[in-house]
Formats: sequence, structure tokens, C-alpha cells
Amino acid sequence: MAHPSVAVLEYHLAGYRRVWLSTVASSLAMPILFFIGMGLAVGSFVDRGGALPVPYLQYIAPGLIAFAGLQIAVGEGGFPVLTNFKWQKVYDSMAAAPLRVGDMILGRLGYIAIRVMVAAIAFLVVMLAFGTVGSVLAVVTPVVVALVGVASAAPMFALAASVNSANAMAVISRIGVLPMMLFSGVFFPVEQLPAFVRPVAYVLPLWNGVELCRATTLAMTTTWPAFVHVAVLVAWAAGGFWLAWSRFRKRLGS
Amino acid sequence: MTGISATPAVHGHGLATGEPVVRARSLVKRFGDITAVDGVDFTIRSGEAFGFLGRNGAGKTSTMRMIGCVSPPSDGRLTVLGMDPVREGASVRARLGVCPQEDNLDLELTARQNLTTYARYFRITRAEARRRADDLLRFVQLDDRAASKVEPLSGGMKRRLTIARALINDPEIVLLDEPTTGLDPQARHLVWERLFQLKQRGITLVLTTHYMEEAEQLCDRLVIMDGGRIVAQDAPRALIDAHCTKEVVELRFAAEDHESCADKLVGIGSHVEVLPDRLLLYTDDGDAIVPTVYERGLRPSGVLVRRSGLEDVFLHLTGRTLVEA
Repeated sequence: MAHPSVAVLEYHLAGYRRVWLSTVASSLAMPILFFIGMGLAVGSFVDRGGALPVPYLQYIAPGLIAFAGLQIAVGEGGFPVLTNFKWQKVYDSMAAAPLRVGDMILGRLGYIAIRVMVAAIAFLVVMLAFGTVGSVLAVVTPVVVALVGVASAAPMFALAASVNSANAMAVISRIGVLPMMLFSGVFFPVEQLPAFVRPVAYVLPLWNGVELCRATTLAMTTTWPAFVHVAVLVAWAAGGFWLAWSRFRKRLGS
Repeated sequence: MTGISATPAVHGHGLATGEPVVRARSLVKRFGDITAVDGVDFTIRSGEAFGFLGRNGAGKTSTMRMIGCVSPPSDGRLTVLGMDPVREGASVRARLGVCPQEDNLDLELTARQNLTTYARYFRITRAEARRRADDLLRFVQLDDRAASKVEPLSGGMKRRLTIARALINDPEIVLLDEPTTGLDPQARHLVWERLFQLKQRGITLVLTTHYMEEAEQLCDRLVIMDGGRIVAQDAPRALIDAHCTKEVVELRFAAEDHESCADKLVGIGSHVEVLPDRLLLYTDDGDAIVPTVYERGLRPSGVLVRRSGLEDVFLHLTGRTLVEA
């Protein structure tokens, strides 16, 4: 008999089945827009300098695929979780069944991993069409992006379980996601950042994900050994899970 | 699993009727400085319909949540199906059905999906989940809405679907927190009908309510809660017999001082209760004393003789009406 967290995953997939095609459509549209606007247009200036080892479009594509994973995970791990606590009370209904808090969190993390992986596959198709894939290792990119997703979603769960308003959720998503996008090596190497800002990028999940995606899609060497980048992401996932677990228990166990 | 079908069936659980299934001793629930449940004792036996009657904030929902193993007791002892709700919560919950006060269905999924996805939490196979879902949708008369999304369903339909969901694991005890609050009379009667059928099948029903009619119709035994405490417990009829006269005369006066009217009624019947909108005169024979009211010079605008009920018991024991006027 399947683990109870699989039952929670199935529940989330039942909802996803209704909307997955439209999510794929937006997963196709986002890279196309960025590739034309940033990759080709801005790239035509950047590439004149020759500062990057690869054309600018190829440089930002793996950064953007990792960012797409982060963005989806923050979206799916934030507001809907708050909704499931506060308005739809889905977690109350789950708590009344023989599920444990860990099952609820694992089930939704599993769903987010699948959701991110599907988006990453769509993204990868666009990358292939724009000729930004230079390695067969690219096939594992969706798995890497899913790991970025889980690493970002788990702490978001903890946050969503701790707040009470959609506003708080929106503010934190904004102040968290935008700087991460700008300072995690998506559009330029973090070495261009002032030295005191760099360590911040190093510990954030996105930069580690971006490094790994450049390795899988372009066969570029990572700043640190790949397993260190993976370890940072796993640490975010594990730490986030633990935090979420205690916040969920507190919120449900009153 | 015998399944919930249209034919009455003997329930398949091994529990002998009358065996204690929930036992609370000096049970307490505190939220910070507030004591929601203040040392209650009760025993619920298998096969009975047991009610918690009280106003909003009396501690009914907190008690239910402790029985449902989602809220740990602050003090006292509680066993459900012979187990500890804190240490063995998941095992207890596997054998409970819960219908919360607020429907917490997934509005985006269909009625059937709400049941099938929930069934999986109880380790029920997919095929069995579909079979049970269809049976239960028939039972709550929603089979024609199986494939529609929940969002546009009426309040009564959502409530019935929530009840169906509570039955998906073929539970031994079903907890119903205010099962008909907010429903129109027709929807309410349909729910009562279904709950009565469950009771006939030997499923233990535990419900909270502030509707006297609901408590009288459904409950074999009930406790009256007020301010976190149990003020009385017994069968509805026994409570009425113990605390009330057989009949009540309700007197309404147009724009008169109720207190002074009450003074003039002293000596008629056993006692008088003064409410904001009416006076209640307790007596064993209402029709016999109505003429006396007129003889004392009172001219009520409305007179109603009725049998006494749980509402009167509640008023007598707590000094307040059950439903805020």
C-alpha cells in the first residue's frame, strides 16, 4: 500500500491535471520572451565585448531555466499553502484523516517537483529550438531544476504556515524573488558583484542551481564541485522541510 | 466493508453496542489564558447518538477537536476507541469520520474527486475508492452531481458531500460539528434523515448543535455545555422531565414592562422566566391556567401553549436561551 504522502501527492495532481496544459503554455512563453528580449537584443551588445565564454543567449538560458523553477516553487509553495490553511482549510481536512504533517509536506513537495519538472521540460524544448543546448547532460536539467524548486518551496511552506495575510505573502515573495533573480548569476557572473554581496549569492539556492544548469546544458565547469552545489540545495530542502514541519504542527495542533 | 447502500444493513464493526468508545475524565482545553473546556466528564457508547448542546463558545467544538485527535488535551484523560488521541492519533483517525463545522471541500475538484482523493488518505485502493464514492454519492443524493465541480453546489449539497466524505473510510464513529447550521429547513431535514439512517445502522454519532430540535430528534443522550462545563447529561426526555414541567405557556405583551407582568403572574404555574420578547410560564397543564392570566388583569397580545423542550431545560440550567434572540 502506498505511503500516505503519495495520497497527498495524488490529491495535488488531481488539481494539477485540470490546469497543466495552460502551465505548459506559460512555461513555453516565458523563455521565448526572455530569449528574444534579453538573449538576442541585449546579447547583441554584450557579445561585442566578448567577456563571456559563450554567446549571451546561451549564457542566460540555463540561468533562466533555474529561475523558472524557483519562481514556480515560490508561487506554489506560498500563497496556495496559506489558502489551504486559512480559507479552503484543506489542511484541516487532511489533519482529520490518518495523515501526519510530514505526509502533507512531502506530498506537496512531490507535486511541486513534478510541476517544476514539467515546466523545465517545456523550457528545455525552447532552449533546443534557440540552439542554446550544448551537452547531452542537458537531459538531467529538469531534475536539477526540480531540486531548485524543492529547495525554494520548502522554506516557503514554513513562511506560508506562519503568516495570516495574502499581503505578507506577496511582499516576501517580491523582496525575495527579485533580488535573487538579479544577484544569482542569471544575467551576469556573480564575480561582477561587489565582494561583500557575493557570499549572499553563494548561499542562496538559485545561484547553486544556475551553476548546475550551466554545467548540464553547456558542459561549463561549476565554481565549486557539483556535489557541493547539490549539497547546498539539499540543505535548503532539508532545513526548509524541518522548519515547515514545525510551523505546520504549530498551526494545526492548537 | 458492507458499504453504504440504500438497504439497511447490519454494520460490520466488531464493537458490541453499548461498549464505551469515548471516555473523558476531567478533560480540559486551554488556549493561552482562555479555558475553552473546563474539566468535563462523559462516556460515549458505541451505537448511540451523543450530542453536545450549547451556545456558541460553550466549548463544544474544542471538545470535538480533542475527540477527533487534532487538538491535544491540556489536562485530564481522554481515550477514543480505547486509544490515546495524542500518541495514537493516526490510528484513531483511521477509524473516525469527521464532518467539520465549516465545509473544507476542494472547490475546484468534482464531487466524486473530493471523495476519491480523500479515500486515498485511508489507504483505500483506487478501485475501492471509486466504488465507495459512487455508493456514498447515491446515499447523500448527489449521484447526479458526481462530475460537477463543488464550487457551484448549494450549501446543503456541500454539507451532504462533506458528510459523504466523512463516511469514506466506513468509520465506527462519526463526528459532526453543527451538521445543519446555516442550512435552510428543507436541506436540514434531508441531512437529519441521512444521519438517522446512519444511526440505525449502528454507527456511533457524536454531534454538536445549538438546535434543540436537532438534539431532540437525533440524540439518544446528550450533555448540555455552558462556559466550558457540562451542566447536565442524560437522554433528552429524561432531562426535560427532570428539569421542566410538562408544558409551557408563552405570553407576549405589546409594549409593556415584562418584569411587572411577571410579578402579576407569581403563584401561577411552577415558575416564570422573563425573556426580552416574551414570558414563559411553566406548568403541567397550560390550558388550565391561561384563564387565570386574564383574571389577574393581564392582556397578552399572544398566547401559546406548548410542550416543554430542551430549550427550556437549557434556559432553566443556564439562565440563557440556547440561540441568541
